[in-house]
Formats: sequence, structure tokens, C-alpha cells
Amino acid sequence: MAEGVVLLDFWPSPFGMRVRIALAEKGIKYEYKEEDLRNKSALLLQMNPVHKKIPVLIHNGKPVCESLIQVQYIDEVWHHTSPLLPSHSYQRAIARFWADFVDKKIYELGRKIWTSKGEEQETAKKEFIESLKLLEGELGDKPYFGGENLGYVDVVLVPFYSWFYAYEKCGNFSIEAECPKLIAWAKRCLEKESVSKSLPDQEKVYDFVLQLKKLLGIE
Amino acid sequence: MAKSDVKVKVLGTWSSPFVMRARIALNIKSVNYEFLQERLWEGKSELLLKSNPVHRKVPVLIHGDKSICESLIIVQYINEVWSFAPSILPSDPHERATSRFWAPYLDEKWFPSLRTIGVAQGEDARKAAIAQVEEGLLLLEEAFGKCSKGKPFFGGDQIGYLDIAFGCFLGWLRVTEKMSGMKLLSISKTPSLLKWADRFCSDIAVKDVMPETEKLAEFAKMIMAKMRGAAPPK
Repeated sequence: MAEGVVLLDFWPSPFGMRVRIALAEKGIKYEYKEEDLRNKSALLLQMNPVHKKIPVLIHNGKPVCESLIQVQYIDEVWHHTSPLLPSHSYQRAIARFWADFVDKKIYELGRKIWTSKGEEQETAKKEFIESLKLLEGELGDKPYFGGENLGYVDVVLVPFYSWFYAYEKCGNFSIEAECPKLIAWAKRCLEKESVSKSLPDQEKVYDFVLQLKKLLGIE
Repeated sequence: MAKSDVKVKVLGTWSSPFVMRARIALNIKSVNYEFLQERLWEGKSELLLKSNPVHRKVPVLIHGDKSICESLIIVQYINEVWSFAPSILPSDPHERATSRFWAPYLDEKWFPSLRTIGVAQGEDARKAAIAQVEEGLLLLEEAFGKCSKGKPFFGGDQIGYLDIAFGCFLGWLRVTEKMSGMKLLSISKTPSLLKWADRFCSDIAVKDVMPETEKLAEFAKMIMAKMRGAAPPK
């Protein structure tokens, strides 16, 4: 029974989206609380005192922090339905490896694309595309990274799709032109309600990025 | 096929705390393995490049024909494949999440700050690094109380995931203390961690893979000298 599940989140956060998707995949009802990151709630500061960041998953009063840990937690507690991690140890290690790769590369490089210009931006774009191509290689001919169904890597990566339009506009390039298979995969994921209801509209994210750039004084 | 028939190898270096994590986990499970030492300053071996083409880093665990990369992913793999006791991760999902929580903090914030103390350019940078390290140790002192529940290790009676994730850095912590003349772990501020550190380093699964402080300090001096004299990194 999903007694007392609360998610402290911020709508454009790809990390928060991961948890939303995982909860939706498992059919778990929860309370969504939107945080104002410029004015963090007492609850957030109490539940994540070390990092003071979202998302925070609160289950029966106890916090779980860090999105990859949250997704694994959800998978372990509600293990009887829609498994996200493979059951075989080696496949699990592979899934964890690519999730770690997404965390090391996609977020940071994406951030560099919308915050930088010139040489730095070009380098970031190049590495970003290279990273996406490696992920395409891992996907292969499978409909999802998880095989026939959404799996751990799908949940971890697809939130960044909602930021692709913002990256493309800021970086003046087309991700689909370079990585058509990955875009096709993302659109396939979006056909699932658990994903489409968890990801914000790409235009809305782009507007948010523009506002953020203004706030941060970035051209 | 019995698991003992399949060859287990660890590709790594004696000085890397990340490599140590894999070796400690295998020792806990009493799994025999071959330690293949990389001489990273001479260039990466063919085997390393082939088994970890994405990151080209150690450690790599080679289990039969499979390669597993990233130290904590390796530790979890070892725990799952050799699933007999002792278990490295707790069975309760919330306790597992808590053990796992500290790993990104240690790897992304705490250890980089520890390394910075030795090589920081300027007094401000050094002070900031020391502050980050000390803050982390106080947090971990508190975490130890909550996780250990009065027992010797973060994992309870036995070394567990967080003991491994944090304990692997003790060699470098001791080198930093030695070279800077500071005490980072102390009886006044981190009494539990101070005792835990000795317990961890003398545990049978750890003592043969934890490098001696003297040897590690010599190695650190050699690297720093090389870095000062070396060409800009590629």
C-alpha cells in the first residue's frame, strides 16, 4: 500500500521527472509539493539537510534523496509491479552504468550548452552529441533501453528530452539531425502516460531557461 | 557452472581508493581473484581500453567474459552475484537508500576537497577545501551514529556498503594529515569515526589492500612532482 508518499519537486527538474515517472509506472498515488527554490520550505530543509535540493521522496515520514537512489528505492519497495531494473545481476550492472553515464554527461553538458557561448559552447555541443550517440549504441534495435518495456535507463534519461528544445535553441543546432534514433526512442516513451504526464512541455522549459538566463545575467 | 570456476580479475592500481572498494567487496565474500595492476603513468593497457571503452578508468571487474565498471556498481554486482552472507547492503529499502546516499556526496564533494588540500593554489582555496572536508566528517560522524546503531561499523556487525564507500579514502586521509600536519579525524570532533577508522583498516577484508601511509605518501610526492614538471594535461 502506498501509504504516505510525498514528493518535493520543482516542475522543470529532470531529476524530479525521473521520480514522477517511476511512481506513475508503479501506479503509486502521492502528494506532489512544488518547491520555490528561492524560498525553500522548512520541510525540504529538514528532509534534505545535507544538499537542500529537490527531489525529495518522503515515504511514511522518512526521506529518500538523490534521484537515482529514489528510483531504485521505488523499484525495491514496489517490486511486484512494472520492474524497472533487470533481474539478472550483469544486466543490472549495465543499467546502473548507463544511468551513471547519463548523470556524469548529459546534465552537465546540457547545462554548459545553455549557459556558455563560443568555443566552450561548441565543445559542449560536440561532447553532448557524442554522449547521445553512445547511448544510441546501447539502445541498439530495442524499443526501450529496458527491452520491451520502460526500464531504469529509460526513466533516467527521458526527462532530458524535455530540455532538448531549449538546448537546440540556445546552441543553434538540431539534436534530431545527429541522433534520430534517440529522438524516435524519446517519442516512443512519450506515448506512455507515465512519461507524458511527468514531462513538461518543451516550449515551457525553453521559456524557463530564457528567464533563468536573464536572472543569471547570461546573454 | 560453479561460480568458483569462472575467473575473476580486478584491473586497477594499488593506490586507488576506488579500486580498493572492489577488492574489499571480493574479500568480504571470500572470492579469489587475480589483481592485474595497471601502470597508468605508462599508458593504459589494451585490456583496460577494451573492457572500459567509455571511461577508460580503473577499477574494472572482469568476471568470465563480462566487464563491470564504476567502483560502486562493481560492489553491488559482487553483492548480488555472490549473494550468500554476509550481505554488503542492508535488506531494508530505506536503510539501503541511506547507505547509497552518502556515496555521491563522498565521490563528488568530499574526496575532491580532500585531494585539493594537498595541491590547492592559494591559502583561500586550501582553507575552503579543509572546511569542506571537516564539515563532511562531522556529517559522517552523525551518520555513523544513526547507521551503526551502537555496532562497530556503518553496516552493523560487519563492514557494509558505506564502510567500503568511505573507508577506502582513509589511506589518503592519513596521507593528507601527515603532509599537512593537521588532524582531520579527532577524539574531540569525530570520536566514533576515529575508532571506526582503526577498526576498518585492521579488518581482515581490508588490511591487505589498504596501502601503508608511508608508501602512499611517497607515491603522492612523486605524483605532485610529476604534475609540477609535466606538460599541460591532454
